[in-house]
Amino acid sequence: MIITRPREWERVRAQLADLGATRVFITGCGQCATVANTGGETEVLEAKERLESEGLVVTGWSVGEVACHSGGERLEVRKHAGEIESADAVLVLACGAGVQTMADATSKPVTPGLESVFLGNVVRHGVFEERCQMCGDCVLDRTAGICPVTTCPKGLLNGPCGGMWNGMCEVVTDRECTHVLIRRRLAEQGRAAKAEPLPPKDYSKKLKPGRVDIRAAHRASKSGDAS
Amino acid sequence: MSRLRESLDAGSFVVTGEIAPPLGTDLAAMRASVEMLAPVCDAINVTDNQGASLHLSSLAASRVVLEMGVEPIFQQTCRDRNRLALQSDLLAAWTLGLTNLLAVTGDDPRSGDHPEAKGVFDLDSTQLVQVARGFNEGQDMKGRDLKGATDFFIGAAMFPEAEPWDMQQGRIEEKIAAGVRFFQTQAVFDLDKFARAVDVAHAAGAKVIGGILVLRSARVIRFINERLAGLMVPDHIAARIGGADDATEEAVLLAIEQARALHGIADGIHIMPLGLDAAVPRIVREAGIKT
Repeated sequence: MIITRPREWERVRAQLADLGATRVFITGCGQCATVANTGGETEVLEAKERLESEGLVVTGWSVGEVACHSGGERLEVRKHAGEIESADAVLVLACGAGVQTMADATSKPVTPGLESVFLGNVVRHGVFEERCQMCGDCVLDRTAGICPVTTCPKGLLNGPCGGMWNGMCEVVTDRECTHVLIRRRLAEQGRAAKAEPLPPKDYSKKLKPGRVDIRAAHRASKSGDAS
Repeated sequence: MSRLRESLDAGSFVVTGEIAPPLGTDLAAMRASVEMLAPVCDAINVTDNQGASLHLSSLAASRVVLEMGVEPIFQQTCRDRNRLALQSDLLAAWTLGLTNLLAVTGDDPRSGDHPEAKGVFDLDSTQLVQVARGFNEGQDMKGRDLKGATDFFIGAAMFPEAEPWDMQQGRIEEKIAAGVRFFQTQAVFDLDKFARAVDVAHAAGAKVIGGILVLRSARVIRFINERLAGLMVPDHIAARIGGADDATEEAVLLAIEQARALHGIADGIHIMPLGLDAAVPRIVREAGIKT
């Protein structure tokens, strides 16, 4: 899931002030931001209360199923058309993808209330860790299921680097060195002997901006069948 | 042709020193360090934004050292440049007459004076060694022929005292397979651990130059233990320097003892003077390495 954290409230207020907004519609996200406790119903209502206590008018609020779904967000906008129409701005408590989906769905100015920080594993309720940064060129088959691109602070494919000490990382000193973990697990699985250094990464695989269209591939294969 | 390589190949015990290029363009202090170290050094390392902190580039400073008639070891870290810039600078280094290369990962930017900087690490040190070896064979990373190859004497860093040892052993072997011909180590405090690392390197055909830090005060030791990656000064050393009437003299005596001890095990010593450049000739001479 996408991990978010609240943006400093003063900054959010400044954004609204810049827009000249005294009337605000607030929207959250029923998926990631709800699990992260940053943009679920509870947090949206907290923001509403806070804005109202500071003299702004909240024209309405919503927490749709998932904020990054274009169709779903357009539906939310239609459901709350009057409330959004009477607002000066829409405050979005969702990740950057959710903010942009809302910005595409309404003509009103949209402004973010959260920072999007990483793709996270849920370690336990409320504790999230970054394990994958979606590089487009997965090496986990070679690294015993531990990603060095993400979990080594330097993103080194081969290690340990010279800063490792007693198995610990030099940058995040309370963490075990990723490369020690990888080598240990490879050894435990009897795979260490044939482990070769990884080659330099192909960063062209990480296309920006990313786009995947499985329907196009499906269409192509269908037209291929027909011919 | 690298004279450092010639000396090591001939079985001579070598001495290398280390200088940091200035933060700025005034080369006077750096030249003074070179002049102090040169009489007893076979080559001098020129660091690359050491400690992830801004300095004049190793490329330019290495050329200055060469023009002074002293052989530099051009250091290149993977922190500040992507593979295009690293390759381009390697070509530049060779055309500038730099024949020795030390390929290292580099400290994380968060430990330096520009903690906001993006750490590049497009390649790691093993991969950079592979690139340099490719250059020596006349090919770039894409396998294209270079118009004019290099013939770098390729070195890497080694950390014989950092446990777990089996990981370090794997790293040493990997780096040699990638193209490393000599290692310069972090400061050596445990001769047994050092000797086992030398055995591994020698078995695979690489030379090992053992590191010596000139630890001139308790304050310097504290700084090293708290701030420098991959370095840990043991308590008994800290107690000896901290408890001495003349810490500087004690540091020099300790370095002399360490140099003598390494003389029997290593292929050379690498002295990191930490400001005590003036003591380096004495350390080398009193250790009986050079007269």
